[in-house]
Amino acid sequence: MATLPRTRPRNRRLVSRNTVAGWSFILPNFLGFAALTLLPVVVLFYVAFTNWNVFGVAEWTGTANFRRMWDDSSFWTALRNTVYYAAFHIPLTLAAALGLALLLNRKLRGVRFFRTIAFFPYITSIVAIAVVWNQLFSPEYGPINALLGAVGVDDPPGWTASATWSMPAVIIVGTWRYMGYYMLLFLAGLQTIPAQLYEAAETDGASPWQRFVHVTLPGLRTTTFFVTVLLTIESFKVFDLILVMTGGGPGQSTLVLSQYIYQKGFEENQFGYASAVSIVLFAICFGITVIQFMVNKRRNS
Amino acid sequence: MTATDLSTPVPAVVAPGNRAPRRPVRSLGGRILGYAALALAAAGLLLPFFWMVVASLKTNNDVFTIPITWLPDPVVWRNYLDIWQRSDMTTWLWNTLLLSVIVTFLQVFTGSFAAYGFARVRFPGRNLLFLAYVGTIAVPWQSYMIPQFILMSKLHLSNTLWSIVAIQAFGAIGVFLMKQFYETIPEELSEAARVDGLSEYGIYRRIILPLSRPALASLALLMFTTTWNDYLGPLVYLRSPELRTIQLGLNTFISQYNAEYALIMTGSVLSVLPVAVIFLLGQRYFIEGVASTGLKG
Repeated sequence: MATLPRTRPRNRRLVSRNTVAGWSFILPNFLGFAALTLLPVVVLFYVAFTNWNVFGVAEWTGTANFRRMWDDSSFWTALRNTVYYAAFHIPLTLAAALGLALLLNRKLRGVRFFRTIAFFPYITSIVAIAVVWNQLFSPEYGPINALLGAVGVDDPPGWTASATWSMPAVIIVGTWRYMGYYMLLFLAGLQTIPAQLYEAAETDGASPWQRFVHVTLPGLRTTTFFVTVLLTIESFKVFDLILVMTGGGPGQSTLVLSQYIYQKGFEENQFGYASAVSIVLFAICFGITVIQFMVNKRRNS
Repeated sequence: MTATDLSTPVPAVVAPGNRAPRRPVRSLGGRILGYAALALAAAGLLLPFFWMVVASLKTNNDVFTIPITWLPDPVVWRNYLDIWQRSDMTTWLWNTLLLSVIVTFLQVFTGSFAAYGFARVRFPGRNLLFLAYVGTIAVPWQSYMIPQFILMSKLHLSNTLWSIVAIQAFGAIGVFLMKQFYETIPEELSEAARVDGLSEYGIYRRIILPLSRPALASLALLMFTTTWNDYLGPLVYLRSPELRTIQLGLNTFISQYNAEYALIMTGSVLSVLPVAVIFLLGQRYFIEGVASTGLKG
């Protein structure tokens, strides 16, 4: 926090001139930002305590929405599935991204080309990705099960057609899509580790594994922590990928929180109840970030 | 780290006969392993794209065969003609292009402008205000889409293309990325200009903007791609068929013709192509943009 100098009369004029200038720069963006992001977030906490419906008639119902949520088995299914997705997507993507970054940080030919490829899934639209993976996952004729058959898997999974395998299928695609993005962040982090540290470790006779554990990992601590937070938020808000790939099915096997909000809100017009579910999503994502802030602060001090 | 640099002096304590000959071998083995891993990962990353293109060049019956055919035989170009008749591809592409251009322009303009205020003008309450911007990055759109939709409906903006402009153009990302960049420009430049009597707006326009072309390019590319690929925004706000964007249109096409495997892949290729070209052209800016927004977020 930059503290402003103690204001003497002349400075006060400067401060007020700067305030006008500052606000005039920020205002065009801020008006849109306030109206479309800040205001909705505030309104959310009102709507969640009402029975707001499609006609816009709202009655204050107190905690009724939350009490209903407590007994709503679909809500708990959605929450459980979201946690399921996060529990696998986060470590898998973290490991894949770090692995790729380490691979790319070496002086090999074709690294630039590979970096381009790895980033490609991230800039491809979810709809195209979902539909092509659905073809790849096709239980009877798809190449993935053909490949599994070729290596001797007799009873390959039904993937998106099976309630057991639909979530793993979604997790695989999610990891495939995002690992290139996080790889880039890791790569940037790796480049900040001084080469002398590696040289010193090598001189001391440290094995590659020891160098990884004692030089690379500590050097990447900030990056890793930050990537984990981003990944967690991204996992808990997962929606479009699942919506297009499985539609939440079969049954409710891939129904996630965001999709449940969408269903209740936009398909059944229960804006009040949907907002209550939104608050849970909000609390999870915001809570994680606040924790990050606190841990970061403690480490810095 | 591979030991590729053989000229590095080997410490005297290590018996040269024991260690020196092993290093190139280990490094060669490491290199081969490295290339093998790269090739495998590249294959995994590219397979879906390969399938997409190949399937779009097959007849519908040839998409799924046993055993799998990995190359189209014969190559069928018809799909790329048929798709324009079978769908409203032209409308979807036009809507998406229009939205992406408007959103990119607004975001680059308002974002860089606001970022200057945050980075270079000191006034009370500035840091608190910036905290509000930072804070919302942790709040997923999915959690406030309901109240936002209610507000937008009250303003009679839902089911118009303006709704997408409104929700995308004023995000925090542009402010963030540009502020990050402005802080790397030496303060002395602005000081000197101030002494010469340039106003803050003059400094922004004459000094800062020309210097920040790479960052502006990064932001423009990121915004264009995000808007082009957005599926949820259009899904919530655009109900009329003539307003559909490419993502929304492609998805309705998929549910309508769910057995037209080849044609669906043709549509997918067409929806990915513009962004792919833009990405390949502006790759450097793209990657720099991501690395700088990501790291200090």
